Amino acid sequence: MIYLDNSATTRPWRSVLDTYIKVSESYFGNPSSLHPLGGEADKLLDQSRAQTASLLGVNKKDIIFTSGATEANNLAVKGAAEARKHQGSHIITTSVEHPSVLEAAAALEQKGWEVTRLSPDKNGEISPEQVEEALRMDTVLVSCMHVNNETGSILPVEKIGECLKKHPKVLFHVDYVQGIGKVPLSMTESRIDLLTISGHKFHCVKGTGVLAVRRGRLEPLFHGGTQENRLRAGTENTAGAAALAKAMRLLLDGSREAAGRMRSLNLLLEEKLSEWKGVEINSPKNRAPHILNFSVAGIKPETVVQALAQKEIYISTTSACSSKQGSGSRVLQAMPLPKERSETALRISLSEETTREDIDAFLLAWEEIYETTARKGKQYEI
Amino acid sequence: MKYDLLLIRYAELSVKGKNRKKFERQLQNNIREALRDFPEAKVFRTYGRMYVELKGAPLHEVTERLRGIFGISSFSPVIREKLEEEAVMEAAHRVTEDSLPDGGSFKVSVRRINKDFPTGSQEMNQKVGGYVLRRMEKLRVDVKNPDVEISIEIRDEAAYVSGEVIRGAGGFPVGSGGRALLLLSGGIDSPAAGWLAMKRGVTVEAIHFHSPPYTNERAKQKVEELGNILSQYGGNIKLHIVPFTEAQLAIHKQIPDNCEITVMRRFMLRIAEETARRRGIMALVNGESLGQVASQTMESMYTINEVTSMPVLRPLVTMDKLEVIDIAQKIGTYETSILPYEDCCTIFLPPDAKTRPKLEKIQYYESFLDVDYYVQRAVKGIETIELTGISRETEEINELL
Repeated sequence: MIYLDNSATTRPWRSVLDTYIKVSESYFGNPSSLHPLGGEADKLLDQSRAQTASLLGVNKKDIIFTSGATEANNLAVKGAAEARKHQGSHIITTSVEHPSVLEAAAALEQKGWEVTRLSPDKNGEISPEQVEEALRMDTVLVSCMHVNNETGSILPVEKIGECLKKHPKVLFHVDYVQGIGKVPLSMTESRIDLLTISGHKFHCVKGTGVLAVRRGRLEPLFHGGTQENRLRAGTENTAGAAALAKAMRLLLDGSREAAGRMRSLNLLLEEKLSEWKGVEINSPKNRAPHILNFSVAGIKPETVVQALAQKEIYISTTSACSSKQGSGSRVLQAMPLPKERSETALRISLSEETTREDIDAFLLAWEEIYETTARKGKQYEI
Repeated sequence: MKYDLLLIRYAELSVKGKNRKKFERQLQNNIREALRDFPEAKVFRTYGRMYVELKGAPLHEVTERLRGIFGISSFSPVIREKLEEEAVMEAAHRVTEDSLPDGGSFKVSVRRINKDFPTGSQEMNQKVGGYVLRRMEKLRVDVKNPDVEISIEIRDEAAYVSGEVIRGAGGFPVGSGGRALLLLSGGIDSPAAGWLAMKRGVTVEAIHFHSPPYTNERAKQKVEELGNILSQYGGNIKLHIVPFTEAQLAIHKQIPDNCEITVMRRFMLRIAEETARRRGIMALVNGESLGQVASQTMESMYTINEVTSMPVLRPLVTMDKLEVIDIAQKIGTYETSILPYEDCCTIFLPPDAKTRPKLEKIQYYESFLDVDYYVQRAVKGIETIELTGISRETEEINELL
């Protein structure tokens, strides 16, 4: 099996699963319980939090464990907006965000907030000047992703953070889900107040995520116990938190080398795929090392995905969240790319484990599929 | 900015005449111990100076460790340069830039020990000062009260250039001032008291009173954790855990409610004294501060202290609660101390405790108890654990993470 859909999710690392199982077995106590079992679980949770915090360069109390990035993004966007509604009701985001930010913003819009959605240029990038222009007296939040999940383009969150230094009242949220371990980012230096990460995107189990809250009061999404600094009620997922802390350490320990490896594989893919007639690269030159998005004129992308799957090679058409809707990529349309091109997009996403052999095997399979589908295309259509 | 060495100063030690060698050796060992995670870093003494040679160890982390070590009055990052005028001036320039990134006042002090070096120290002062001034904006010379003094030592083997002076923890190296037994509860005060004792060079062992099932494992864990934090300032700490339930129940049964605390304290002191005596320890340390709670009024202290003739050191005796909290926060024990687990002082807390217990009355009440029996039983049941800075659980957890 060659798995090249790592932006959708990754295969959990064995040692991370070992931690998850060991903790589930031996540290099953409720961290809030007073007896020793609870105490041990609490201590483990505390250490997991401390490790996660130190890897992100923030304080222990800033780490809020969530069920994943969707919850973290919702907590950031809705939580910040609700907590600051006395101060203003304007939010700035981009049109290329993950649905969990876009839909959260849309839900706020329904309730009376105003939302400005910045559109990227043809490279899929947003400029800090756009943000500067969009800022108003009543702006309370800027939410901008770091690496786009479909194209791999890197948004200038560092520059946006720099420009927001002049606006201390505005909270700055960054969805770092695709960037972590691939493109370094410092919360403090980039003046980021809220940062989202997701465990299953870096070889941890599903149902794990973090919102790092460096500054700013948030309104919780769930009401209940006082867990997670009162921002996320519910018995803590101790095993998930420990697994996330471990996966993150393993990820960041080897991230520099891994990113270099992925980058050269990514460039190799771009070079080889560009040789084929009709192939157009949608990802910008300045992109994260693990994502390559391209379109093939005249071939339905589902055909390619399924044909590769028969050979146990897995890539995707667009982001996993919207691939079943079959309406073409919202992100590519926003870039804006022609409809034809946004409807025929394919995404390859690498991981720390992808090897040169994997890419060679993919290219070989690709050649075969291209030859057959380009000639007798209809045969493969579903 | 790349520094090669850290120069360690230990002002208070230098007045110690004959003992000086011993103190220096102790300090050197303590620094080695604190830097054991960085085996590449070397600690050495030469001409009455102590240095840490970094050899690639991270400056920032080594600095953080050094800050906590008693016996260091201050230290400075140092650049080692070859014996050439130009090279020394450039090093001074780099050090100044690093010490005064936003400008300020400085002075240069050159000491030329190596008389083969062609330029005299006065001339060198002026040359280096001029060189740095020409290259940096917002910088002026102030020989009386400079923000930073750039000191340059020209020795036989090399020139040493340093600027910034980082304040150390002061005091004496732990291990140079005898041993004491700290009565460690889970509260805010006793760890701070232990830390202050360590500051004067005292090697601390700790004793904790545990009353299962009325106090639970978490309370014990908490004390272990506090001991582990303390051990970062002075090496491994032996923690003696006393089974106190039997004595406490006997007290609860026999003694009038409002005198219970006083009697309990007397028992604790007796048990601590006996433990210390058996271990050849000559003093006790506790976290009492005068008048803070019922058991710490002058009358209480008088009545409680009566059971021992061993010195009871009370480093916090004159401090306000807020001053103690400041220390606890500084040394990192506060967060652990405020965790809400019952300890043996709070479980049988009566609604009204006597703030002025009369010694004669207390002695009378106690006469119905077989004091010696309970003390000996408790001392015999002591479980001792060695705290190394990393607890067993933490080790297990570290493996998981």
